[in-house]
Amino acid sequence: MNKILLVIQREYLARVKKKSFLIATILTPLIFPAIMGIFVWIAVQEKDGQSLRIIEVVDDTGLFFMESSEQYAFTSSDIDPEAAKKMVQDGERYGFLHIPKLDLQNPTGIQFYGVENPSLTLMGYLESALKRKIEDQKLYDQGIDPKVLKEIRTDVSIKSITLGEQGEEKINNANVNYAIGFLSGILIYIFIFVYGNQIMQGVIEEKSTRIVEILVSSLKPFQLMMGKIVGIGAVGLTQFLIWVVLIGTLSTLVMGVLGFQMPQQQAMEMANPEFAQATPDSSELADILAVINGIDFVALVLSFVMYFLGGYLLYGSLFAAIGSAVDAPSDAQQFMFPITIPLIVAYMGLFVFVLQDPTSTTSFWLSIIPLTSPIAMMGRISYGVPFWELALSMGLLVLGFLFTTWLAGKIYRIGILMHGTKPTYKILWKWIKASQ
Amino acid sequence: MLQITQLNKSYENHRALSEVDLLVPRGVIFGLLGPNGAGKTTLIRIVNQIIEQDSGSVELDGKILSPDDVRKIGYLPEERGLYKKMKVWDQLIYFSRLKGLSESDAKLEIKHWLEKLDIATWRDKKIEDLSKGMAQKVQFISTIVHRPSLLILDEPFSGFDPVNAEIIKNEILELKTNGTTVILSTHRMESVELLCDQVAMINKSRKILDGTIREVKRSFRPEVFRVGIASPIQELPREWVPKFTGDAWEFTLPLSGKAPNQLLAELMEYGEVVMFREQIPSMEEIFIHQVKASSNE
Repeated sequence: MNKILLVIQREYLARVKKKSFLIATILTPLIFPAIMGIFVWIAVQEKDGQSLRIIEVVDDTGLFFMESSEQYAFTSSDIDPEAAKKMVQDGERYGFLHIPKLDLQNPTGIQFYGVENPSLTLMGYLESALKRKIEDQKLYDQGIDPKVLKEIRTDVSIKSITLGEQGEEKINNANVNYAIGFLSGILIYIFIFVYGNQIMQGVIEEKSTRIVEILVSSLKPFQLMMGKIVGIGAVGLTQFLIWVVLIGTLSTLVMGVLGFQMPQQQAMEMANPEFAQATPDSSELADILAVINGIDFVALVLSFVMYFLGGYLLYGSLFAAIGSAVDAPSDAQQFMFPITIPLIVAYMGLFVFVLQDPTSTTSFWLSIIPLTSPIAMMGRISYGVPFWELALSMGLLVLGFLFTTWLAGKIYRIGILMHGTKPTYKILWKWIKASQ
Repeated sequence: MLQITQLNKSYENHRALSEVDLLVPRGVIFGLLGPNGAGKTTLIRIVNQIIEQDSGSVELDGKILSPDDVRKIGYLPEERGLYKKMKVWDQLIYFSRLKGLSESDAKLEIKHWLEKLDIATWRDKKIEDLSKGMAQKVQFISTIVHRPSLLILDEPFSGFDPVNAEIIKNEILELKTNGTTVILSTHRMESVELLCDQVAMINKSRKILDGTIREVKRSFRPEVFRVGIASPIQELPREWVPKFTGDAWEFTLPLSGKAPNQLLAELMEYGEVVMFREQIPSMEEIFIHQVKASSNE
């Protein structure tokens, strides 16, 4: 036991002391906000830097009036379509929208001409504007006053509230839950791959440099393998905890800054109703903050740690087994397949099933089966999971990693001493069956 | 010290050791000889408890080998390695603690050995920054730092330059005088003759001979004498193929069942015998001869 601790200590310190660990640990939590910041900045720059684009509208029906936006101005005229095309080609106009005489029941033949491909936003804008106009026209034809129409139009957003067992109300927001499930699921996926690979590289290093022969003359191969897995897992955990602290501090800071700004913004809105209209999201932002406040982060972090450890141990021992069986990292590829497939299934399942409908049968099974549960369950947790499902999933995960560790131990103790033979699955199976 | 009885080990498709018996007394340097693939490494791994035998027993100091005995054994494998990114000092501490030394003992011993082998100034360097010979010294220290009573060295001199090989050789001899038992597995017969007190030879999973160097050599003398006769008084027979070396006619003669004195008396008839010496085979000759002989069986 004492010797396992020595191995854990070495594996842990050898990695944590590295400069690259420090850099990765500190920079990674900053990368996502930084990337988002860059996108926002680019978008703002683009919006500011763009000159108004003028689009020529030739409307043969005379029914449509296109409202100009910040980016696009529409000029209606009844010039010849060929002349309008010429204007586009000469660069006088950004584009040319041609609305031929059409049947309102079946409006076809509307065309847009441009020198460059129009963006999806522009096409969407044009389509929804035209659609609305046609619908208005149809309603008008049915005898409904446009003024009434305007009054009828309403924006609705539903506030979802879950009732706790004691009747406490909690504001929900599917988007926030989605984001949390998405992030924690992906994080586990990345952690398993990154740290699993470190185990594999470490085992290959010890095997190819023959250090392992000296090591196993001092302790049992299984102790060595477990020491390495646990040591590297502790590195991952350390990294995660540093992130939690970093993100916690950062978001507290950000919340504080936002909190200070809030009254100012509201004051501005009151003074300037137009500005308030321009940012109708402000109430949504407050809701999101309320939802974030409502999430039990302790439970979230705890279950993340549990599933990270379970998934890591399950896959980590398999990575160790692969490392022990091959002589060089390049030989490891062929055995990576059975590890990569369930991980990718879990990853895809997270997006296709779990985040779409956390309570569906597929989501249930994905979050119960040990090979996929660490990733899939993280997608469900922020939505709330019944206790028995959590218990079953974790119980199976523990059984799963005990099994893979046992299996890996059998391959490992023979593999680390084998050199020069390229193992196949058949050979691995023989090692598993061999008593010694 | 180390007693191996009826040791058997088979791998999937071949036999690595068959009924091997060995007795290694305390305080000797014991040469374990044999061509590649003979089973030496398997034997060494079993003694190191890296793998388990199929049957037979290994006893150390009269007791069946147990996991606690790793403390008593030092092992330098033929193919060796150290963590390239780890500092000399940390690495030695790690290996000695794995062998069961306490941290304070380990520090003391490592300091002593680093100074003794003249690499104390390198203690905070990473292995990848060291020369090969320097790394070999570190490796050697890691093998002996826990003061093992049984030292197993697999081709200890390979990779050493002559100067360092000499240093290591002297360290091995010094360890021996301090009572350490050394098992030396090697192909290099010159180091066997120089260092070993006893040898055992393994070929094709079986022990084919063992004993002290003297015994082995005696039992393999071909009973052939080298003879030199100065100014012969009668013509030497053609079939002896005599060659004149400037001082005497020299040739080689088998005893052919006669006693040496009888042969000498016969030779004196031909003139003045200035040289009469039994041809003692080198370990190398015995090795090659034995391996060939047992392979042809």
